[in-house]
Amino acid sequence: MQHFANLLDALSFQPARNAKLRLIEAYLRTTPDPDRGYALAALTGSLDLPNAKPAVLRKLGTDQLDETLFSLSYDYVGDLAETLALIWQPTGRRNQPSPSLGEVVEKLEAATSNEVPALLTDWLDLLDPTGRWALLKLITGSLRVGVSARLAKTAAANFGAVALEDIEEIWHGLKPPYRELFSWLSGLGEKPDRLNLSFRPLMLAHPLDENELAQLKPEEFRAEWKWDGIRVQAVATGGERRLYSRAGEDISRAFPDIVDAMAFDGVLDGELLVAHPMEHEEVQIAPFNELQQRLNRKAITPRMLADWPAHVRLYDILIDGEADLRPLPFDMRRQHLEDWYRRESRPRFDLSPLLPFATWDELAAMRAGARAASIEGLMLKRADSPYLGGRIKGRWFKWKRDPLTVDAVLMYAQRGHGKRSSFYSDFTFGCWRDAGGEAARELVPVGKAYSGYTDEELQQLDRWVRNHTINRFGPVREVSPGLVVELAFDAVQQSNRHKSGVALRFPRIRRLRWDKPVQEADSLDTLLQLIPASKAS
Amino acid sequence: MGLHPETWLKVRENGLYCEPGDFFIDPSSPVDRAVVTHGHSDHARSGHRTLLSTAETAAIMAVRYGSDFAGTVQTLTYGEPLQISDVRVTLLPAGHILGSAQVLLDYGGSRVVISGDYKRRPDRTCIAFDPVPCDIFVTEATFGLPVFRHPPDHLEIARLLQSRDLFPDRCHLVGVYALGKCQRVMTLLRRAGYDRPVYLHGALLALTKLYAARGIDLGPFSVLAGLTPEQLKGEIVLCPPSALNDRWTRRLPDPVSAAASGWMRVRARARQKGAELPLVISDHADWDELLQTVEDVNAPEVWITHGREDGLLHALAKNGRHARALSLIGRDEDEEET
Ligand SMILES: [Zn+2]
Ligand SMILES: [Zn+2]
Repeated sequence: MQHFANLLDALSFQPARNAKLRLIEAYLRTTPDPDRGYALAALTGSLDLPNAKPAVLRKLGTDQLDETLFSLSYDYVGDLAETLALIWQPTGRRNQPSPSLGEVVEKLEAATSNEVPALLTDWLDLLDPTGRWALLKLITGSLRVGVSARLAKTAAANFGAVALEDIEEIWHGLKPPYRELFSWLSGLGEKPDRLNLSFRPLMLAHPLDENELAQLKPEEFRAEWKWDGIRVQAVATGGERRLYSRAGEDISRAFPDIVDAMAFDGVLDGELLVAHPMEHEEVQIAPFNELQQRLNRKAITPRMLADWPAHVRLYDILIDGEADLRPLPFDMRRQHLEDWYRRESRPRFDLSPLLPFATWDELAAMRAGARAASIEGLMLKRADSPYLGGRIKGRWFKWKRDPLTVDAVLMYAQRGHGKRSSFYSDFTFGCWRDAGGEAARELVPVGKAYSGYTDEELQQLDRWVRNHTINRFGPVREVSPGLVVELAFDAVQQSNRHKSGVALRFPRIRRLRWDKPVQEADSLDTLLQLIPASKAS
Repeated sequence: MGLHPETWLKVRENGLYCEPGDFFIDPSSPVDRAVVTHGHSDHARSGHRTLLSTAETAAIMAVRYGSDFAGTVQTLTYGEPLQISDVRVTLLPAGHILGSAQVLLDYGGSRVVISGDYKRRPDRTCIAFDPVPCDIFVTEATFGLPVFRHPPDHLEIARLLQSRDLFPDRCHLVGVYALGKCQRVMTLLRRAGYDRPVYLHGALLALTKLYAARGIDLGPFSVLAGLTPEQLKGEIVLCPPSALNDRWTRRLPDPVSAAASGWMRVRARARQKGAELPLVISDHADWDELLQTVEDVNAPEVWITHGREDGLLHALAKNGRHARALSLIGRDEDEEET
């Protein structure tokens, strides 16, 4: 613990990345298992210890010192854990070594929260002030030494003279104190099993700058649709299966229908969607809001599985059985993916088709013509690129569709949060709906927006709202119809939670139309026509 | 106790004034007669008409202010009494820096000890603090809170040397007060077996030479002149704290900035100084030493000149001693020197 404390202490004062790496690496080199493993876990935020509340620390402090001295000390130091570490007076010399990090972690993991104060008291007696500070930081769950998980893993990679990607690749399959990892990094053991259930870093795309296009050669790229779902990685081996989100979060439990269908050994990359079965094994992709019904749910009901069947549209194959395909160029991986797909029936999976094109103009026309809600835009991938984790320049580009727009009328405004708490910065906009006859039209709310304006425009909006308020409902002001804005959004979805029956995806303010009369704002019909056909709705 | 000292030892604008002897102790501006405890600039000002101090303090002042730093100068060795009118004045070792003294005053049957700045840890650059029983102990309280417990100095020096091993391509730049801390850090390095020359910022040279001339073993040292960054890799360089982040450091090879001071105990303070390697090395008494010293001199009454007095007042009152804060102005608590 003392050794680890000295590391944290040095890290907390060291601003330079390289020096931090050097400090961690030196620690890993000079510290035995399991301590170095637990240290790596602490630095990567992978330890799950019971938390001691500030009240527990304060109690330990006032047991040591009278109230007045404790508060004077705390006022001066400004940090509870540090104050306690500094004022602590060991009760007598104990003929006992200070605890190792391994002992601390293992005992804390096994302890109930009632047992924590007694453990702490024992250890605080045996550590020096820096050791006590580190212990208390560990137990209050806030190391704050300016080390990201990635930096800590980089130090481990440096220690073992391996690439960071090699560690990232196996990381999800490992558990503290990472004995097999360190055995490999020390050159004593094999690299922990490659084909395991861990998440592999996804290859990510840069947004395309259309000005760059002229420099890119169409024949060197492949194009496919960018589907509007969530990017996933499906990993299956030895009968075990995992579905990971793009950030590496395990979402298997929410998608038992996909997991059941993962009858393969390998790692695949694709887009998770809701898709309704059609004839001839075809599917129809549902808009994003149907997928949303499947996300963040505590319980999965048979009804949900039936109403919103999940589906994965495949982009890539990383590993097939024993074969790691990532070093291969895209074209060869694609061939492999198509072969893999044909090998047997793959219910709930299909391939994201490649889009043949000869010129950028041709591709731009395809992009402009795509109106299906399930399509976010295009992906461009270099034909010769291996599959590389992370966002690597010049390999993959995303070329999003131009947003849809509508002219809507400002109806309600609400104050923002934080910096914006003195401004009316959250707005509700409406479109016209016929209420029988040409003369009778009413505004119905279609969406909320709180971004897309400049600071100056925010001040103008704020002033306008204050001058045109006709009603107040708590924090909300209703304004007289008088201001039109152009709203941009990615899609329109049917919604029964809104009076208008529609919901906009990612609405934001594009332009303030001070010039436009409110009568000329768009009608609800304009939006209804943009809703994609969908079976389940 | 005879005549209560508060009738003859008073706080004036300039500092502590002994009426029957007509002299000030560590006055903050020029006076007719001054007794100076030690050479730090917040205690030793130039321009007094007559000045009484140890010979070492006088020598330090001559280096800092030039030979005309006072009208007439009288020096005393430790323990040698001097009668000024009816007051007997004796200087006693304070263990703070070279030549630092406590001022012992005997008058009217009572006895006051004015500690000046002091510490209780061994220090090869000066003679250890000598506790003398008294009726009133006038103490500093720079580190008068229980959060200040200085660690053993050899462990702090070991951290400096470990860091040097870890970053052999960089130099280690340690911010130290020019008087006392600089030379103490040098003796600590020598005791730890470090035998390379210690490189000094020019502002540290004169006083360091004075220490060496007084027989304190500092080992080899030199200024940086003529050395390339390449030659300074792996070396230890000392500079005043104010030079740590100065343009001056550009001549050094990617220095690890360290700072040696008791304030480094508190992380927010250390971070404020921008030190990558804070070393808790202090020339002042820490919390335990303050309380222990009051016990050792066994004074029923304690006056506190400067520092974080609230905590010490509280603790002394709890131990049944009378304590009061003088709140002398002009004592820098945490600036360049104290
Ligand atoms: Zn001082
Ligand atoms: Zn001093």
